[in-house]
This record gives sequence, structure tokens and C-alpha cells, in this order.
Amino acid sequence: MYDDGSIVPSHLSLSAVGLRKRYGDVAALDDFNLAVPAGTIHGLLGPNGAGKSTAVRAFTTLIDLDAGSASVAGYDVKAEPGLVRRSIGLVGQSPAVDEILGGRQNLVLFGRLFGLNSKAARARADELLARFDLTDAAERPVSGYSGGMRRRLDIAAGLILTPAVLFLDEPTTGLDPRGRNEVWNAIRLIAESGTTVLLTTQYLDEADQLADTISVMNAGRVISTGTPDELKKRHGADRIVVTVTDAGQLDRAAASVRSMSEPVIDPLARTVTVESPSGTAGILSVVRILDAAGIDPEDLALRRPTLDEVFLVLTAKESTR
Amino acid sequence: MTATTAAPFSALRNAWILTQRELLHWVRQPALPIFGLLFSIMLLLMFAFLFGGAIAVPGGGDYINFLLPGMLTLTMLFGLDGTLQAMSTDAAKGITDRFRSMPIGSSAVALGRSGADMASSILNLVVLIVGGLLIGWQITSDLGSALLAVFLLLWLRFSLLWIGIFLGLIFRGPGATMAVQVLIWPVGFLSNVFVSPETMPGWLGAVAAWNPISATATATRQLFGNPTGLSGGWMVDSAIALAVAWPLVLTLVFLPLSARAYRRLKR
Repeated sequence: MYDDGSIVPSHLSLSAVGLRKRYGDVAALDDFNLAVPAGTIHGLLGPNGAGKSTAVRAFTTLIDLDAGSASVAGYDVKAEPGLVRRSIGLVGQSPAVDEILGGRQNLVLFGRLFGLNSKAARARADELLARFDLTDAAERPVSGYSGGMRRRLDIAAGLILTPAVLFLDEPTTGLDPRGRNEVWNAIRLIAESGTTVLLTTQYLDEADQLADTISVMNAGRVISTGTPDELKKRHGADRIVVTVTDAGQLDRAAASVRSMSEPVIDPLARTVTVESPSGTAGILSVVRILDAAGIDPEDLALRRPTLDEVFLVLTAKESTR
Repeated sequence: MTATTAAPFSALRNAWILTQRELLHWVRQPALPIFGLLFSIMLLLMFAFLFGGAIAVPGGGDYINFLLPGMLTLTMLFGLDGTLQAMSTDAAKGITDRFRSMPIGSSAVALGRSGADMASSILNLVVLIVGGLLIGWQITSDLGSALLAVFLLLWLRFSLLWIGIFLGLIFRGPGATMAVQVLIWPVGFLSNVFVSPETMPGWLGAVAAWNPISATATATRQLFGNPTGLSGGWMVDSAIALAVAWPLVLTLVFLPLSARAYRRLKR
């Protein structure tokens, strides 16, 4: 993280230092800091009301900040909002497309508003429609689109000028699994073209699937940043799950592995679970211990922590602070 | 910055693009404007034939000739609802935010809205004028006066546009839109649109006479050569001046308020 607010390193597409924004009694952003290198997908993860959307609104010049400074693609959000707007695409929480118009008409409209002439706007619209697999639906009014199609059109509208940074605010909220997959593929495609993506989400698997780095947010600030693997290593432990053949062996198995960590017994699944600081070494010791105790397990599995666990650990820590 | 030197031109260009968006709406979904026109025509026929026979115009004259300029004025007022709806739909859909995150100025968004709404008002006026002429309305003045009357109607519409934009920016959600839709009726009817204020109880007549809508109705009646239903007084003598002044005042109040409300979206 960059503590020095005076300099925006040139390789950073997004930088926020000490952002604050209050709405009445609620601090939506409370010393929010972020640094996202160019060309990466950054996931902003947090529960409802954590301040994710407020952060996006701050970066996209939609709100004035109470304090702090933010820059997008090297331009200061407060001093150079016009240049910021030329460098970004925004895909908000609800698809911001015209329902009455067709898909192509929407893209041509936004393309012309971005300064393209009619011909260039039409060409760009066709290009984007093809890229997001909407060519067949191009003439149909958007009101008849599925949720996934609407989202893809929405994202296409954010990409008209190939922005340096694309903001996606909960792009898959309310989509069915199929629509979600469609949008995920679209996001991967965008990142491949070199655009930096800031993605807010409350779905941990979404961040896990898409993001190069993740910032976990709670109560208006970032509480942990890193790659998904780093976060899991930092905030969660590997677990070893032993399944015994006979429920009668559960207590004995639990007693034998207690030296590693406090075991958790699940009688229904016939499992004993222990935490282990290092997974593979842990498996070996469990095997030795069980062997010495004369227990022949039915199954032995190493479970890596999920981002969900990391998230719960982090946000629980925060709320007890 | 090059953006600043090109700003006035690009604002007009963007406004025209946003106006075209509205015109495309008509083409894609003609039911809505057609329903709006049918509503105006229904109201016209209702008052012309259903109530008209029972309403006498003080000072004499055919009711249909009294009614038509009033109906045209009322249509301008009801147009406010269209502005408000368009504004709140765009806000609810996040389109307003998308515009705000794009390199287009707030003036372009406002001008685009006004271009679209003025276009729809002109269409409405044309349909009502033709409809009125078909059911016996007579313009007894000259073409110049008639065109001035149409200009005054559009001038009123232009000022109401800013009220619509302002309300659309400060009120969120369908509830607020509905409240305005309901409240617009008494504002429209508490005027001289359908009956002369001289037939009302004194205090009510005063309210109706001072209604900005009444000024435009009286002025257009004079300009079309139709009966005003008023026996005289300074409000009749200076009706055209009032029809210029009232919308000017409304614009001077609500245009800055709208600009302020737009800026305040950043809060």
C-alpha cells in the first residue's frame, strides 16, 4: 500500500488516499485507501453498506468527497473530472440502458455522446455487439432482453471508448447462474484487452474467480488487501478432514489428533476436522497419528480455506473491535 | 483544455443527440405519445360537447372558441408530467448517473430534455389545433397573431420544463411522481382554462385569475381572436405582457434551482 498521498505512482490506474464521505451520521467512506496497478482486475469485496458503491461513485466523479484524494488513470478526480470521465466506463448497479431503444441504438447513442460521429459510433456499436454476442438481438428493444443480455449491453456501453479503467458495481447481482457466467466471460475479455477493472461484489466466489487482487471492505475502509491466495493464507488455516468408517471410532480419532488443534466432530458425516498451519505436512502427521492409534480412515482430505471463511473472519474481527 | 473551447458546440451537439433519443422513443414505442394525444383529444371533446353546452361564456361568444386556447394552455401544463417522468425514469435506471460519469455537460442533458419535450409539445399543439378546427373552432385573427399565440404557449411550456426537471431531480421514486400527477389537476383547473373566473366565488376567482396558466390562456384567446370571458381590467389589457412575464419569472426561479439540484447530486 502507498502511505504517501502526495505522489500517484504512474503505474497505478486507481489510487485513493484517506477518502472520507459522510451521509448524515453514517460514514460511508472512513479513511478509504486503495492502489490498483494498471491492467489488473481488482475486486472490492464487502457486505451490504460497506461503502463499495460510494467508493465507485467517488472514483467516477459522481460525488464530492469530504476529505482525501483520488485519482483515476493518473487524473485527479476533483481537479480534472473531465479527463477522468474521458478515461472511464461505469457500469452501475442497475443496467443503465434505455429500455425502449434497441441494443444497437443504445450503443450508437452513447457512442455519439462520447464524441464519435454517427458512422464511427455505428461501427463501434457493431463491434461491441459482436464481441458481447448481442448481434442477433441488436434491433430488439432492450425491455425484451434477459438479465444477462442487459448486463452485457450495459458493460458494452461502458467500453465504447476503450476506457483505461472500467468500474463494475455488483455486475452480477440479480442474475441467474447462466447470466452470471456470461458476464464473467465478458469481464475476462475486457481485462485481456488491458483495461483495468474495479469490480465490487458481495459474492466471494466471483472475486475469487475474476480478481487478480482483492480488497475486503467493511464500514467504509479497506481491512485487508491481497491476492485471493494471500488472503486465504493470511486469514484462514488449512483443514484436514478425516472420515472414519465407523462412528464409534470418532472419539478415539478426535483424541489422537488433539495434539494438533482442537478437533471438530461431525457424527452425521463421520468426520473429524483439525486445523493445520501447513496442509501437506499436516496430512502426513495425521496419517502417522491415526496409524499409531490403529485407525484406518475411510477418507482423508485437505481443505483449503474459502474466501467466505476469510471474509467472515475479517468482518467478525472488525465488528468486535 | 480543448474541451472548454469546444464546449458550447458540443453541448448543442449532445443536446441534439439526446433529443433524437426521444424521437426514437416515439418511433419504437408510439403507444405512449399516441395515448397522450388521445387523452388531450378526449378532454377537448368532453368539455366541448359534454360540459360545453352548460357553460356560458361571460360577455358572450361560442364556448368552443373560449375553450380551445384554454385547452392548448392546459396541454402545456400537463406536459410537465412528461418531463418529470422522463427525468425520474432516467434517475431510477441509473442513466442519469451514466450521463454524469460521461464527458458531457449538465447543460447538454438539460438542453436535450428541453429539445425532446418541446418537440413533443409542438406535436401536441398541432394535433389539438387541427382537432379544434375540425370541431368548429375559429381563429378570427391574422396569421402573425396566431403564431405569436403559439409562441406564447411554447414559452409557457419552456418555463414549466424547468419545474419538471427540478422536481425530477429532487424527488425520487414513483410516489413523488404520482403526487405531482395528482396535484397538477387542481393547478390546471384553478385557472380560467374551462370557465371564466368571473363566474367563481370572489376569492377563488382571484386565485384562478392570478394563476400563470390563466395569463397565457387569456393572451392566446386575444391573439386567436377568441372571447376571453372577462369583462376587462388590467389583467385583460396586459394579458400578453403577463404571458411573457410569468414564464420568465418561473424560468428565472426554476432554471437556477434545477442547475443547483443537478450539482447537489454530487452530495
